[in-house]
Amino acid sequence: MRDNPVLRVVTKITIPIILLFSLYVQFHGDYGPGGGFQAGVIFAAAFILYALVFGTQAVRIVVSPSILRLLTASGLLLFAGVGTVTMLLGGHYLDYDTLAQNPLLGQHLGIFLVELGVGITVAAVMITVFLAFAGRRD
Amino acid sequence: MDMFALYNYWVVIFLMMTGFYVVIASGNLVKKIIGLNLFQASVFILYISMGKVSGGAAPILRETVQTYSNPLPHVLILTAIVVGVATTALGLALVVRIKEAYGTTEEDEIHSQDESL
Amino acid sequence: MNELINIVLLGLLVITALAAIRLHDLFAVTIMFGIYSLLAAAVFVVLDAVDVAFTEAAVGVGISTILMLATIGLVGRQEKPPAHRSLLPLVVVAVTGAALIYGTFDMPHFAAPDAPIQQHVAPRYLEQSPSEIGIPNVVTAVLASYRGYDTLGELTVIFTAGIGVLALLGLRRRRSRLADSPEEEP
Repeated sequence: MRDNPVLRVVTKITIPIILLFSLYVQFHGDYGPGGGFQAGVIFAAAFILYALVFGTQAVRIVVSPSILRLLTASGLLLFAGVGTVTMLLGGHYLDYDTLAQNPLLGQHLGIFLVELGVGITVAAVMITVFLAFAGRRD
Repeated sequence: MDMFALYNYWVVIFLMMTGFYVVIASGNLVKKIIGLNLFQASVFILYISMGKVSGGAAPILRETVQTYSNPLPHVLILTAIVVGVATTALGLALVVRIKEAYGTTEEDEIHSQDESL
Repeated sequence: MNELINIVLLGLLVITALAAIRLHDLFAVTIMFGIYSLLAAAVFVVLDAVDVAFTEAAVGVGISTILMLATIGLVGRQEKPPAHRSLLPLVVVAVTGAALIYGTFDMPHFAAPDAPIQQHVAPRYLEQSPSEIGIPNVVTAVLASYRGYDTLGELTVIFTAGIGVLALLGLRRRRSRLADSPEEEP
């Protein structure tokens, strides 16, 4: 599909827009529909689109399997780490009130970090799964 | 009038049963997984329609709205959708490996190959 | 007007589901599944579940359909037509459906505001959320803060599925598929 100029150009234009939209959904999940899961899937969709048009080898150059492994684990580590930090600060596990002076601010911070962790892991897992299927017949 | 208030649920149960039928009646493994996903999607519709409040709005707090729909089924189903896709991905990976090991994805051919060992 | 949209969407869902049963070309069945997911997302919007509609559209139509298409590309797209009569599955499905419909007679009417489900926990979350958490999207508040453990478990499930697919299929490029090799290294 990389011989088709229309697909190539349109993909190159839309991929940054998709990535930007996924970041918007991630960080505005507090004020409208959205959040970590949707944002992670949309982020992965941008990479899948790139792989469909330019081939899996091109995606492996952009995001290598070791980076994907690292990202998959670090999102989950971030989520569990927030819980451990709140325990070390004196509250229960995942009690975000302890993260800042003002409990509301602590909740905001906790939800921000937790959704970020969710978004990172979901994006990395979706890209990994797609590359595992698509690269099977290389 | 009593019956018609529940017709929504009956249509969704019919959809669940079509998904269930695809799972148990098809021999092809990939079609079974697709049927499982159809079943899951209709279960989600059932749950979400249980949480709806007539006259309510989406559960995003704002000044102009008095009643909201119940947010708890939404949270539950959000989790369920993502777990469903995780299960589907793993199931499809297993189907790919089964095809490479047995040469086929039809259930009865796999059984006969196993029995003839 | 809302009822009309509801009826049309549910009717289209029924048609798509029946088409998915009858077709034997797996490519067409996958596309029917994609259409089904998109219609389900539309139903979710009509039922005021915007977060869920977003997720179903992204995950069901996007990721699930893509993975099924990738699988069909690897295993083949024709389904063998069924060899034997399908009377027993029909009977099982009919009995299960009848039992479920019998169960719905005890349910409150669709969208009744005084249903028991709307009474205990949900009003508490809706009323206390501004003072305890302070973000407008109650679904995110419940997901990340009130029910944070469930989300941690869900993230672990996704992580495990990713690891599982890596263990089964692997990301290393292989030269030939003939020696289906022990070099499965993720």
